[in-house]
Amino acid sequence: MDTNQLLSFILFTPFVGALFLLVFQKDQEEQIRFFGLAISVITFIITLIVYSKFEVLNPNFQFVQKIPWISNLNISYHVGVDGLSMLLLLLTTFITPLTLLSSWKSIKKNIKEFTIFMLLLEVGMVGIFVSLDLFLFYIFWEAMLIPMYFIIGIWGGPRRIYASVKFFIFTMFGSLLMLVAIIWLAVSAGGVVGHFTTDIVELYSIGPAAAKNYQNWMFLAFALSFAIKVPLFPLHTWLPDAHVEAPTAGSIILAAVLLKMGTYGLIRFCLPLFPEAAMTFAPYISVLAIIGIIYGALVAMVQKDMKKLVAYSSVAHMGFIVLGIFAMTQESVQGAIIQMVNHGLSTGALFFLVGVIYERTHTREISEYGGIAKIVPVFAAALMIASLSSIGLPGLNGFIGEFLILLGAFKSPVLNSWWYTVFAASGVIFAAVYLLWMYQRVVFGEVKNPKMKELTDMTPREIFIFAAMAVFIVWIGIYPNTFLKVSDKSTAKLILQVNTPSQVTLSK
Amino acid sequence: MINDIQELNGILPFIIVGAGILVSVLIEMYSAKSEKVLPWFSILIFLAAGFHSLYYAGNIKVVMQNMLLTGGIPNVFHFIFNIGAAVLCLLSIDYIKKYGTYYGEYYILLQTSVLGMMCMAGAKDLFMIFMGLEIMSVSFYALAGLNRKILKANEASLKYFLLGAFATGFIVYGIALIYGTAQTTSIDLITARFPVLTGNLLFLAGVLLFLIGFSFKIAAFPFHMWVPDVYEGSATTIAGLFSTGGKAAAFSAIIAALSAIFRGSIHTFLPYFAVISVFSMLFGSIVAISQNNIKRMLAYSSIAHAGYMIIGLAAGNAEGIAGVVFYLTAYTFMNIGAFGIVSLIEGSGESNLELSSYEGLAYRKPVLALLMSVFMFALAGLPPFAGFFGKYYIFIAAVKGNLTWLAIIGVISSAISVYFYIRIIVLMYFRDFQAEFEIKNSNTGLLAVFIACILVIILGVMPGSIINMISSFL
Repeated sequence: MDTNQLLSFILFTPFVGALFLLVFQKDQEEQIRFFGLAISVITFIITLIVYSKFEVLNPNFQFVQKIPWISNLNISYHVGVDGLSMLLLLLTTFITPLTLLSSWKSIKKNIKEFTIFMLLLEVGMVGIFVSLDLFLFYIFWEAMLIPMYFIIGIWGGPRRIYASVKFFIFTMFGSLLMLVAIIWLAVSAGGVVGHFTTDIVELYSIGPAAAKNYQNWMFLAFALSFAIKVPLFPLHTWLPDAHVEAPTAGSIILAAVLLKMGTYGLIRFCLPLFPEAAMTFAPYISVLAIIGIIYGALVAMVQKDMKKLVAYSSVAHMGFIVLGIFAMTQESVQGAIIQMVNHGLSTGALFFLVGVIYERTHTREISEYGGIAKIVPVFAAALMIASLSSIGLPGLNGFIGEFLILLGAFKSPVLNSWWYTVFAASGVIFAAVYLLWMYQRVVFGEVKNPKMKELTDMTPREIFIFAAMAVFIVWIGIYPNTFLKVSDKSTAKLILQVNTPSQVTLSK
Repeated sequence: MINDIQELNGILPFIIVGAGILVSVLIEMYSAKSEKVLPWFSILIFLAAGFHSLYYAGNIKVVMQNMLLTGGIPNVFHFIFNIGAAVLCLLSIDYIKKYGTYYGEYYILLQTSVLGMMCMAGAKDLFMIFMGLEIMSVSFYALAGLNRKILKANEASLKYFLLGAFATGFIVYGIALIYGTAQTTSIDLITARFPVLTGNLLFLAGVLLFLIGFSFKIAAFPFHMWVPDVYEGSATTIAGLFSTGGKAAAFSAIIAALSAIFRGSIHTFLPYFAVISVFSMLFGSIVAISQNNIKRMLAYSSIAHAGYMIIGLAAGNAEGIAGVVFYLTAYTFMNIGAFGIVSLIEGSGESNLELSSYEGLAYRKPVLALLMSVFMFALAGLPPFAGFFGKYYIFIAAVKGNLTWLAIIGVISSAISVYFYIRIIVLMYFRDFQAEFEIKNSNTGLLAVFIACILVIILGVMPGSIINMISSFL
C-alpha cells in the first residue's frame, strides 16, 4: 500500500461503512452503533498513521494523490495535506467517534439513518480538508450540506425544520456564488496557463496572476461563502437556530468541524489566491470580526438557554480566528489554526456537557438550575475545565490561540493599528463574564429546583468522552509546540506567498 | 436516396421506430394479448433504436439527399429521446390503468412522437425540421387529451393545440422568410451564406420568428403560458414526455438549424437569448414556490430549466452547445424520475397530486421517498448528481463567452429554486402523514424510477466520458 493512498482510505472508509450500514436491520441497534463507532475509530487510526508519517519541516503538500477524473475540463481527484490541513483533519476524525459515542443514549429513533448520515458527513468534512482541486472541494462543500440538513431536521428540537431550512438555503446561496467565482477563476487561469484548470496546486503556482483585474470580486465571492459558514457578523443569524435545534451530536459536529471549514477556506483560498484583495479588505473584515467578538459575547451574556449561550460564544470565538487570519502575520495565522482546533475541543466539550445535563433534566434554561455542584461533582468539574478553556485561561488551550492571535494582530502590517488588538482583548474579558456567570448560576449556590436533587452524575462513557477532549485541552495548553510545529512551516510559506506579489507590485 | 449499407445503418433507428409504429398498430388490432405485449414491444423498439444510435454515434454521415444527418450530436439526441421514452413506457404499464385511457393509442402515439423528435434532431433541411415538428406536435396534442372524459385533459389538449399551432405558424413563416432570402432550405447552404445574410433584415426577421416559435416549444418566458395548464391536465407520464422529450427535441432543432449562430455570430441574437433566459429562470423559480399541485410545480421548474439551457445557447460557443446537450441528457432522466414518482403516488382519478399528499412519505414508502429525494436534489443542482454538472458546464460556457452576469443570475435562480425542491423533501421526511390513502405498488414503475435514478447518479459521478463524446462531435 502506497502511503499516498492513505488519504483516500480516510475518505472512503466512512463512505464504505455507510454503505455497509444499509444492510443492517432496524432493530439491530447495538450492532449499528458499534459498527458506526468502529468505522470512525478506524478512520481516526488511519489519520494517526498519516500524522506519524507527516514531515513537519516540509511546507508543501504531502500524501498527494492525483487521478484524472474529467479530463475534458482538467478536473482530477487530487488530494493531499499540508500543515494547514493536517491539524484540522486530525480534529475531524478525532471528534467524529466521540460524537457517535455521545449520541449512544440520546438518539433513540432511526439510529441506522443517523449513523449513516454522520458517516457521510465525515466523508464530506474530510474531503473538504484534503481536496486539492477546487471542483472536488466544491462538491464536498455542497454534498456535506445534505447530511447536516437531515441530522438537524429529523433528530432536532421543536423548531428544527425552520433551523435546518435556514441553514441549508443560507449556506447554499453563499456556495453558489463561490461556484461562479471558481468557474471565473478557472477560466481566467486558463488564459494564463493555456488550459482551463481548477487544480489548487496549479493555481497557487500561477498565483494572483490568474485573478488579475477581477481579484476583488472573486475574493468577495469566495469570502462571502466562507463568511456565511464561519459565521462572520452579520451573516451569523443561522447559527444560533441551527445549534440550538440540532441534537447534541449535531451541535458538537457543527461547532467542532463545520464552522472550521469556513475559516479553512479563507486560509486556503482567499489569502494565497487573492492576496491584494485580501489586504484591501482585511481592515473591514477585521472590524466585522471584532464586532462579532464583542457582539457575540454581549448577546451570550443575556441568554437564558445554555445552548444558545454556547452558540453565541461560538460566534465570538470564530471572530477571533477571522481576526487572526486577516492580520496575516506568522503568529496570528498559526494562532488562528491552533485556535480552530481549540475551539473545536472546548466548544465541542461545552455542547457535549450541555447535552449531558439536558439528557437528564430535559431543560436548558439556566434559571432552572442552581447548586448542582454537590449533586453532580464530576460534571461540575468537567464544566469548569471546559468553561475555563473557552475563556482562555493560561494553562489551557484557549489561551495559546488567543495569545498568538492578539500578538499577531498587534504587530500586523496589514491592520496597522493597535485598536484591533485592544478591542479584541476586551472580548476575552466578556467571555469570562458570560461563562463564569453561567457556571455560577448553574453549578454554585443553593439548590433551588427540587428536581435537581435526583440528578445522576456522569456515566463512565460520558467521562471517557470528556476525558479524551480534556487531555488535548490540557496538552495544547501546556505544551502547544507539538501541534504548533505541524502548521509552522506551511504557515510561513503561506505568509511568504501572500506578501511576495505585493512586493512585486510595489516595486513597479 | 440510400447509397450504401453504411447509410442504411445510419437511418436504422428511424426504420426501427417507423416499423415499430406499423407493427404496433397491427398488434393492437389483432393480438388478443396486446395490452400486455404492446408496452414491452414499445420498450424493445425504443431500447433498440436508442442503443443503436449511441453505438454508432461516431459515424457521421449526411444521407437522404442532404436532408438528414446521422451520427454525431443527433445520435446523442436520439439516445435521449428513445431511452427516455423507454423508461416512460415502463412507467406507463401500471399508470395507464390508474389513469384510465386507451393503451393502444398511447403507445403508438408515443412512438410517433419519438419519430418526429428524431427527424427534428437529425435535420439538415428546414423542411425536415418542420416535418419532424409536426409529427411530434400532433402526437403530443392527441396524447395530452387522451382521456376524453376528464375535463382538464380536454382543456390541456385544446390549449396545447391552439397555442402550438400558432407557434408552428410562426416557425413556418420564419422558414418562408429564410427561404426567401437565402434561396434555399438546406441548412448547410444557409450556414455557409450566414455571414452575408445577417445584413438582410428579412432574413433576421425570419430567424427571429423561427426562434420565437421554438421558444414556445421549449417553454421559455414569455411563451410559457401553456406549460402549467398542459402539464397539469395531461397524464403524469405524458407530462414527463412533454417536459423532457419535447424540450430536447425543440432544442435539437434550434441547434441543428441555427448552428451558424453558435459558431461566432451570436451577437445579433444575444439580447434575445439573454432576456428570455433571465426571465425564464427567475419567473420559473419564483412562481414555482407558490404552487400547491406538484405537477404545476414541476411545470414551472421546467420553465426555469429551459432558462438555464438557454444560457448555454446564449454563450454562443461550442462549450455552450455541449453543455446544453449534456444538460438535456441529465435533465431528461431527473425529470422523468420526478414525474415517475408523482405517477406512482398518484391515485385513480388524479388524486394525491397536492403537496400535502407527500407528507410523511418517508415512513410509508421509504424507497420512493429516497428516490424522490435524489431527483429533487438533482433538479436543485446539488453535487454529486447529474444536475450539478449540467449547470457547471453551462456556467463555464457562459463565463468563456463573457456572460458572467448571466451565470450569476443563473446561480441566484438556482438558490431560489432550492427552496421548493427541498420543500418536498421536508414534507416527506420531517412531517407525519395525515391523509390515509392507498399507494398501489407497481413493480415496473419502481424499476423505471430506479433506472432513472441510476442514470442520474452515473451521469453525476462520471460525466467526463459523455461530455468528451459530445464535445468531439462539435
